[in-house]
Amino acid sequence: MAENNLVHPDNLVYEKTSVMTDRVLHYCPGCGHGTAHRLLAEVIDELGIQGETIGVAPVGCSVLAYYYFDVDMQEAAHGRAPAVATGIKRVFPEKFVFTYQGDGDLAAIGTAETIHACNRGENILVVFINNGIYGMTGGQMAPTTLPGMKSSTSPRGRDVATMGNPLKITELVAELPGTYFVTRQSVHAPANARKAKRALKKAMEYQKLNKGTCFVEIVSNCPSGWKMTPAQSNKWMEENMFPYYPLGDIKVPENQ
Amino acid sequence: MKGNEALAEAAIRAGADAYFGYPITPQSEVIEYLMRENPADRTGMQVLQAESEVAAINMVYGAAGCGKRVITSSSSPGISLKMEGISYIAGAELPCVVVNVVRAGPGLGTIQPSQSDYFQAVKGGGHGDYKLIVLAPATVQESVDYVKLAFELAFKYRNPVMILSDGIIGQMMEKVELFEQMPRDTTEYEWATVGKKPGKPSAIVTSLQLQSEEQEKVNLRLQAKYREMEKNEVLFETHQCDDAEYLFVAFGSCARITRKAMEMAREKGIKVGLIRPQTLYPFPYDEISRLASQMKGVLTVEMNAGQMVEDVRLAVNGKTPVKFYGRFGGMIPSPEEILEALEQKIVGG
Repeated sequence: MAENNLVHPDNLVYEKTSVMTDRVLHYCPGCGHGTAHRLLAEVIDELGIQGETIGVAPVGCSVLAYYYFDVDMQEAAHGRAPAVATGIKRVFPEKFVFTYQGDGDLAAIGTAETIHACNRGENILVVFINNGIYGMTGGQMAPTTLPGMKSSTSPRGRDVATMGNPLKITELVAELPGTYFVTRQSVHAPANARKAKRALKKAMEYQKLNKGTCFVEIVSNCPSGWKMTPAQSNKWMEENMFPYYPLGDIKVPENQ
Repeated sequence: MKGNEALAEAAIRAGADAYFGYPITPQSEVIEYLMRENPADRTGMQVLQAESEVAAINMVYGAAGCGKRVITSSSSPGISLKMEGISYIAGAELPCVVVNVVRAGPGLGTIQPSQSDYFQAVKGGGHGDYKLIVLAPATVQESVDYVKLAFELAFKYRNPVMILSDGIIGQMMEKVELFEQMPRDTTEYEWATVGKKPGKPSAIVTSLQLQSEEQEKVNLRLQAKYREMEKNEVLFETHQCDDAEYLFVAFGSCARITRKAMEMAREKGIKVGLIRPQTLYPFPYDEISRLASQMKGVLTVEMNAGQMVEDVRLAVNGKTPVKFYGRFGGMIPSPEEILEALEQKIVGG
């Protein structure tokens, strides 16, 4: 096999982290979840905390995240991941606890749990994938759907007069004294993925300090939900999502 | 001690690792006592006031998923909010203790005592085919003892256990004998998320099955577990049933009032006995069925519009007439009323 001939140990410059299982991802082609999963798994690997990490999966496209992360995980009810993570962290304060949630889970049905976990300053990492749509249920309007953006429940585009405005929950949690590090990243291009990984790594390491919640938003695409090719969706994201959800750190520790 | 405070002290002494709750009358003394007592200093037990009952039960899920001994308490409207989480806990097969100090409903209802959450506790409440073990204390002493028993059963079956109390038991003061402080359990259970061990599969706590065939297997396993509970865990108490011609069935605080009515009836020469189910699920069908064979009639007394009476009818299965007497909306029946109901509906009926 040509493939086997290529993989000589001396040629090996990159391999899949063992913190990701060998299961085939169920995500749609071009979706950002796969990259986001890999980055977080690599961070857990590089920090050597696989045996001390407990993850919480949401309801949404990443409901089966526990198939892919080779760490102990709990599957939460829709929106309740920050409460579940609170329960875990309170009985295991020395473990590394993260939630991995989409926009519907974190910023609609779970808004109260999100705000209050951040406000209490739970020493957890919240990873927030914002693609402005409900992917798993088939492309309905999300709390973060842009004004005018079409979805199956806003077929003429989101009318903010009747459907409300997109919720910038990341800016909101940055205002809370309980959060320590709040940032917005993307994973659609190699440079962005590298930045996002650095942010995830910092956020995970900060848990050791017990200084509060770390919150990493990843603005992502949804080719299926947006009804675009992966390339089109990335371009649309750059032109439409980034102006509304600008990338960069929103709250950084004071001494940094 | 006051019922709610005694129950809170029992949670500490039972070696609980955590309590998550939200204030609601008539059970707020549970979390108030725990916050005052600060068990973190005594045993390391964590106590947190959540932003809602919804958050509280999901904190219970998280900590229970770590194999810890976790307890929460609320009252009827708050228990309705917890029902989503209770269904998930039952589905994920996690142990925990949920206390419902029942008040009258529906809706916001009144803060006065009631037994109107029998159906919710015993027949489901949340979605899906699941069962809670339901313990019904009649005294402050039983509120204390059942906390210990509830943790034992929760871990024996990896299943949520509900203590179905009410506003009378939660609020009244009685003498109580507290059991000695038990150590916290530091076992790392293989089903719990405690951190992945090298060479071992990761622990997954979930109630999700995408394939119907797999979900049916889960349901069959749960049903087999429930049959075991029905075989092993039925608890009840009988009073003066040996020579009885009539039978009272009542649970919780209502059983204490009914016992007084039984004594008054005996003084008048009416031979009546009482059975008090202490577990509402599993229900003492067999014992009630056996007793019904010797009775001329059965009167079920409840502080609701007639809920447990349906299970009594299932148990009696037409062997003898089953009638119901209840007060509700926070009203408490007097022994005289119950005696009168016995005379009119059963003895003279």
